[in-house]
Amino acid sequence: MKKHIEFDLENEYTESVERRTRSVYMNKNVPYFIVAPGMILLLFFLMIPLITSIMPTIFSDQGVTFSNYLEFFKDEYNLSIFWRTIRVSLIVTFISIVLGIPTAYYIAGVGKKWRGILMAMTLFPLLTNSVIRSFAWINILGKTGVINTLLLNIGVIDQPMNLLYTEFAIIIGSVYLFLPTMIMTLVGVMENIEGEMLEAAETLGASPFTAFRKVVLPLSIPGTIVGSVLVFTGTLTAYTTPQLLGGNQKMMMSTFLYQKANTLGDWQAASVLALIMIVVTLIVMKGLDVVAKKVDRREANNA
Amino acid sequence: MRKQKGMTLIAILVFLFLFLPLCLIVVTSFGTAAAIQFPIKGFTLDWYAKALQSDTFMSSFKLSLGIGVLATALALVVGIPASYALARYSVKGRNFIKSFFLSPTVIPGIVVGYTLFQYIVIKLGLPIFQGLLIGHFLISLPYIIRVVGSSMEQLDYSMEEVAWTLGCTKIRAFIRIVLPNVSSGIFAAFMLAFVNSFNNVPVSMFLSGPGVTMLPTSLLSYMEYNYDPTVSAISVMLMLLTMGLMFLIEKTLGLASIA
Repeated sequence: MKKHIEFDLENEYTESVERRTRSVYMNKNVPYFIVAPGMILLLFFLMIPLITSIMPTIFSDQGVTFSNYLEFFKDEYNLSIFWRTIRVSLIVTFISIVLGIPTAYYIAGVGKKWRGILMAMTLFPLLTNSVIRSFAWINILGKTGVINTLLLNIGVIDQPMNLLYTEFAIIIGSVYLFLPTMIMTLVGVMENIEGEMLEAAETLGASPFTAFRKVVLPLSIPGTIVGSVLVFTGTLTAYTTPQLLGGNQKMMMSTFLYQKANTLGDWQAASVLALIMIVVTLIVMKGLDVVAKKVDRREANNA
Repeated sequence: MRKQKGMTLIAILVFLFLFLPLCLIVVTSFGTAAAIQFPIKGFTLDWYAKALQSDTFMSSFKLSLGIGVLATALALVVGIPASYALARYSVKGRNFIKSFFLSPTVIPGIVVGYTLFQYIVIKLGLPIFQGLLIGHFLISLPYIIRVVGSSMEQLDYSMEEVAWTLGCTKIRAFIRIVLPNVSSGIFAAFMLAFVNSFNNVPVSMFLSGPGVTMLPTSLLSYMEYNYDPTVSAISVMLMLLTMGLMFLIEKTLGLASIA
């Protein structure tokens, strides 16, 4: 009886060793099989379409050429759209930082219950369709919108102002779109700044504002950079807001791309725009990433 | 502590800035005039009835729901195993694979829409529905990889190893041990990806076809020629849906899980 059990155990043992060796052997290849379907789908439906669209703008019968891109940047109308896109994105990022930091700081400082409510209130616009959020500003800025009606009624102006289809409209609509993103990114950072540090600063005689400037602001730089990447690239590539609030008068690169591709059928130009947008996005992401790493290293050195 | 009048004032103004425009939409949706005006005259629910009776809006709403659920489900089927493999095993080029999976977020939505349109619609001639499904799958996948991936990375895999040593097959252990432990991550990822797909404009713009449009795109094209409170009414109903969804998430996982 005893012998039988021992025999069985031994058998089990070899079996489990076998299984383990097999699984170690499988470990090497299995993960690649698991990630393969996703990678193949991305390759087929993201990379190949991208390459087949952009290749013709770089490779011609004469070989590699950048003439399409040089020509794009020679045209004054194209340039004005390019610079408008960059300018609007910069201004929107700047406003989002200026409004986002105090708001996030305030949210991080209130009690737990209120923080939950305020976070939900920040999240709500983010989950609301961008068409709706831009539509709200048409109601405000339009010829018969709230601002014009109000100013006409109290007699400040006697002709409705052109607020819609201006760069101002795109800027305010984009801030409206991306400010919640900045706040969400910053609240997490602000929560990690320890209250004791601020108390220490204040006990040592710093005014609340000085404590904010000298303690909170430097510590929130990395978070601000992350938020800025999101806001800048978001504004740069947003379609709905410039379409509804800028229209055909004040085009941005994304609305320009859509017009070239769908209305004019000029695919060469649309593909040129596509690559320019990708390159600008990547430059901003990589550039700010480098800055963030430098800031981190400086912080580490100071600590 | 941390009380400062200047900051409080800015925070209050920011929240007013975020919410007054949305409140304005709610108010204008009840106006009786044929064009949107503020302050409104009279009170009516006709615009809601008009929106709900509109075939265009109802069918595009259904399509948006359908594509959103299908594309997100597809992204889950592909993304959950992939994020498991990336978190569990030492994969060569792990960072490269991960950023490859996240690449749809780096490429501007309008470019994804445009290149897909050229490739699937023009070159391959696929039907519109399939095109939309693929496009929305692409934009959903990064959410799954990111959110489910972070749950997978936090999981303690000794449980799974115990199951293996006790004779559980790998697939069974994955289904019975791993999946239940990352279920909240999966739910959060599903919600995020679904909302994102439902709200997406640029990809849908390019891939919609005659008679087959997603809700945001049909709203956009309606707004091109009309300026009446129907859009306000639809906006209010969509905002109510968003609130319902947020309430659901708050009750199950807590909103912090998707923030």
